[in-house]
Amino acid sequence: MFGLEKKDANLLLFVAALAIFAPFILNPFPEGSAMAQFNAGYPDLMQRFAIFGIFAIGFNILFGLTGYLSFGHAAFLGVGSYAAVWMFKLLSMNVIPAIILAVIISGLFALVIGYVSLRRSGIYFSILTLAFAQMCFALAYSVLTPITGGETGLQLALDDPRILGVSQTPEGNIPVPGLFGLEMRESFEMAVGPWVFTFNIGYYFCAIIMLLSFYLAIRIFRSPFGMMLRAIKSNQQRLNYTGLNPRPYTLAAFVISGMYAGLAGGLMASMDPLAGAERMQWTASGEVVLMTILGGVGTLIGPVLGAGLLKYMENILSKINKGVLEGWFSFMPDGMSDTFVFLTNLFVGKQWHITTGVIFMLVIIFLPGGLVELGKRISGMFRKKDDDNTKSAKAEPAE
Amino acid sequence: MGILEVKDVGKRFGGLQALGDVNLSVKEQTCHAIIGPNGAGKSTLLNCLVGKLIPDTGSVMFDGSSVLGRSPHEINQMGISRVFQTPEIFGDLTVMENMMIPLFAKRDGAYRLHAIESVDSEKSLIEQAHQMLEEVNMIDKRDMHAASMSRGDKRRLEMAMCLVQNPKLLLLDEPTAGMARADTNNTIDLLKEIKEKRDITIAIIEHDMHVVFSLADRITVLAQGTPLVEDTPENIKGHPKVQEAYLGETQQV
Amino acid sequence: MDAIILQILNGLDKGSAYALIALGLTLIFGTLGVVNFAHGALFMIGAFCAVTLNKLLTLSHVVIDETKTDFLGNPLKVQVPYVNDIFGEAAGAAIIDWSVPLAIFFAIPVMIAIGVIMERGLIKHFYKRPHADQILVTFGLAIVLQEIIKYFYGANPIPTPAPDAFKGSFDFGAAIGFDANTIIYPYWRLVYFGFASLIIGAVFAFLQFTTFGMVVRAGMADRETVGLLGINIDKRFTIMFGLAAAVAGLAGVMYTPINSPNYHMGMDFLVLSFVVVVVGGMGSLPGAVLAGFLLGILESFASMREVIDIIPGINQVIIYLVAVIILLTRPRGLMGRKGVMED
Repeated sequence: MFGLEKKDANLLLFVAALAIFAPFILNPFPEGSAMAQFNAGYPDLMQRFAIFGIFAIGFNILFGLTGYLSFGHAAFLGVGSYAAVWMFKLLSMNVIPAIILAVIISGLFALVIGYVSLRRSGIYFSILTLAFAQMCFALAYSVLTPITGGETGLQLALDDPRILGVSQTPEGNIPVPGLFGLEMRESFEMAVGPWVFTFNIGYYFCAIIMLLSFYLAIRIFRSPFGMMLRAIKSNQQRLNYTGLNPRPYTLAAFVISGMYAGLAGGLMASMDPLAGAERMQWTASGEVVLMTILGGVGTLIGPVLGAGLLKYMENILSKINKGVLEGWFSFMPDGMSDTFVFLTNLFVGKQWHITTGVIFMLVIIFLPGGLVELGKRISGMFRKKDDDNTKSAKAEPAE
Repeated sequence: MGILEVKDVGKRFGGLQALGDVNLSVKEQTCHAIIGPNGAGKSTLLNCLVGKLIPDTGSVMFDGSSVLGRSPHEINQMGISRVFQTPEIFGDLTVMENMMIPLFAKRDGAYRLHAIESVDSEKSLIEQAHQMLEEVNMIDKRDMHAASMSRGDKRRLEMAMCLVQNPKLLLLDEPTAGMARADTNNTIDLLKEIKEKRDITIAIIEHDMHVVFSLADRITVLAQGTPLVEDTPENIKGHPKVQEAYLGETQQV
Repeated sequence: MDAIILQILNGLDKGSAYALIALGLTLIFGTLGVVNFAHGALFMIGAFCAVTLNKLLTLSHVVIDETKTDFLGNPLKVQVPYVNDIFGEAAGAAIIDWSVPLAIFFAIPVMIAIGVIMERGLIKHFYKRPHADQILVTFGLAIVLQEIIKYFYGANPIPTPAPDAFKGSFDFGAAIGFDANTIIYPYWRLVYFGFASLIIGAVFAFLQFTTFGMVVRAGMADRETVGLLGINIDKRFTIMFGLAAAVAGLAGVMYTPINSPNYHMGMDFLVLSFVVVVVGGMGSLPGAVLAGFLLGILESFASMREVIDIIPGINQVIIYLVAVIILLTRPRGLMGRKGVMED
C-alpha cells in the first residue's frame, strides 16, 4: 500500500489511527473528575504533539540515520516561524503559502549552515551547528529587530498589507489564520455522557501534515538514499572507497531535516500567528534531541512517540502543584506527607524539567534505544515466555 | 604500457623519506605483488594510488589518466577497488545492504538523491548482489548483521563488495593478515578463481610468501621506499638482493 | 589608545571566566576523554556556593532595640545576624562583608565532592561510550542541576556584593599617565583577573611539578600506554575530575559580584566555553587559556560603540564567528594536537 512494505504500511496506519482518534485517546477521563487534569485532548496540546512530531521526525533523518548530532536545529524552526508570520503579514492569512515559504526559507538556511558545518564531523559538527544557531538567536534578538520583532517577537498588526487578504476584519480585528475559509482555531465539541471531546481544525490540519511527513520519512528510510545515510554512520571510509561521496548525502539529509524543522515552525505560526527568538535558543535545539532519543533514535516511530511523551509530560507535570500533591498525600501522617510533598514537588510543577532531565539520563544510560527498545525488550520477554510454554507443551506428550 | 603506471613517485613525512622514486608498471590482467620488509613503504605506496595520500613528486596514471589530486571516491569510480588490511565493511548494515551500496555506486555514480523509490524495487541490482554472494558462498548469510560475522566472513564480504563493482584494478592490502591457514587457502582459491573468470588486474601487498607465490605473475620488492627488483616469482625466489632485504624477517619461501 | 586599553581590561574578567571553565573542560576532555556538557553547571553551582554562604551568614534573629524607635514610636525591631552573636558586632559585619572570598573555602570541598560523586556515579560509565552519548548524558545532568538550583533559589538573579574594600573603581588611566577618568576599572574585576591567573598558574604548576601531574600529562598524551605501565589511572582521573570541578566552582564563586548569579548562567557560559575550547584546540591546556582571554577581549572590542556602528550586532556573534572561521581554516584550533578528536 502506498508503495510501502506491509510492515511499514501497518506502522503508518497505526500512527494515522493515533492521530485521528487522538481527541478520544487523550481524553480518557470524564470532565470534572479528579483525573481530568491528566487529560491532554485539548487543541493547543494536540497541535504541539503533531508539530513537535514533525520536528523530531525530521531531526531523526539527520541524527538517526547519519549520526551527525546537530545542536542547532531550533534555528530552522525559528526561521520557519518568522517566514510564516511574514507571509501572514504581507500576503494573506491562508496557511498554505505561509507553510511553503517557511519550508523554502528554512531549507535555504539549512543549505548554507549545513554546507559549512558538514566540513567537520563528530563534536566539531555539533559545536558548529550550535554556534550558527546561537548567532541566529543573538541576531534575531538584537540587530534584526525590524525583521524579527526582537524581544517582543513578530506579531500581526491591523495595518499589515495582506495584499491577497484583508488588513482587518469588518469588526476591526486582525484576521485569523485559515485554510480557504476554514479557521484554524475553530473547534467543535462532542459530549458523550460525562466525557467531552474536542475536535479542532488546526489540530487535524497539523495531523495530516504530520502523517504526510511521516510517510515521506518512511520512504526515505527505505530508499537507497536512506541506506547511504546509514552507511555513512557505519563506515565513512568504506563509503569513500566504494566510490561514493558522503558530503552531498549528508548535506541533503541536513537540508531535508532543516526543512522539516521549518515546516514545524511554519505550522506553529499557523496555529498561533506570532514568532519569537526564544524558539531558536539552543535549549530548544536540545529539546528535539531529547524527544528523538527518548522515543528511539534511528527508528521510524520513535521520534513521534518521544515528541508526544515529552510534550505530554511538560503539560501534565507542570499542572501538578503543591496543592495537588498535598491532596494526594493527605492520607499519610503529617510529617510523612510533608516529606513526600517536598520530595515529589521537586519533579512537578515548574520543576518538570528535572523529571525530563532525569528520565533522559536514565534512557541514555540504560536504554539507548529509547521507548522503541523498551517495547522490543518487553515483547521479547513475552515471546520468550511463550517459547518456553510451547516447548514444555511439546515436551509433555513425549513423556 | 601497463594499466597502472607509477613514475618517480616520492613521499616524505617530515624527516622520513617514505618513498623515493618508485617506478612501477602493472600490466593488464596480471597479478602483481608488492613485497618488502616492514617499513618499506608498501602501505604508503598503496595510499598514494587510491587518493588517501598525495605524493610529493612523480605521477600515477591509471588507464590513461592521472589519479593524482583525485579523492578516493573519484578513483574508485575510475575502476579501482581496494580491500583493506582489516576488513572495512558497513558493520551496522546487513550483508545484502553491504552488497547493494557498491552496486548503487557503480550504477549511479558518486552521488544521486534517490530518496523516494525503495531499495527493494531495484530488482536487477538485487539479482547481481545475489549472484556475487553465491559466488563467495555467503548467500545464506544475506540477512545477517555484517558486524556480527567472523573475521573471515567479513573479509570475504569486503572482497565481494569490491568485485561486484567489476573493477579494472583490485588492490589488496595484506588480504590474509591474521587469518588461519585454512582461511588463507580459501582466499587464495577465491582469488585464483577471480583471476581466471574475470578481466581483472590485481595488485597485492602481502607478507605471506605462500600467498604471493601462489598468485603473483610479477613481483616487485620494495625496500626503504625504493623498488629493489622486479621480476617473475621464479627469479625472485633465489635473488640475492631479496634475501638480503629480508634478512631477519620471517619468511616462508 | 586609552580606549584600547580599556577594552582589553574589560575583556579580561569575562576572558578569565572563559579561561577557567575552558581549562576544566580541557582537563576533563584531555584526561578522561569525556565531553562534559555539565561543566557550565559546575560553574553555576560554584556561584551559588557563594550565594548560600552569604545567606547562611546573614541568617538573623530579631532583637528589639529600645534605644531607637520606628516612625510609629514603637521600639525598633532590628535583624541581628547570628554571626554577630558569635563573633561580636564588628567581626560579624566583617565576616558578612567578606562572604564572597570566604566562600572559596566553602566551595572547594563542596565542588570536589560534587565532582567526585559525578565522576564515580555517572561519567565513569561513559568512558567507552561515543562522544555523542557523553554530550547527551551530561546535557541531561546540566538540565537537572540547573533546575534544582532554580527550585531552591528561584529564577531571579541574586545580588551578591563584593567586600566594601573592593567596591568602587580604580582609575587605571591616571596610574599609567593618561588623563584621569579615561580608564576606569572596578577593583573587583582586577581581583578576579588576579585570582584567575593564580588558579591557572596553580593548575599548571601542579601538572608540571608534581608526580601526579606528570602522570596526568602522560595520560593526556597517551592513555593506553600509561594504563599499561600499571599506574592506577582511574583513581587519578577521579581526582582530576574533582579538581576540574573545583576550578569551575571557584571561577563561579568569584564571579558573583561581577554578575548576579542566576540558574542559567552555567548554560550561557558553557556554550561559549565550548567554543573557547574548540578555538584553543581540543585537548590543549595553554590553548584553552589563551583562547579564553583572546575571545573575552575580542568580545569586549566588538562591543565598542565605534565597532557596532560599522557592523551592527557584531558584539553578539563575534565569538561564534571566530569559532566558525577557526574550525574551517585551522580544524585543530590555535594550539590543538594532531589526532585529537578528528574522527
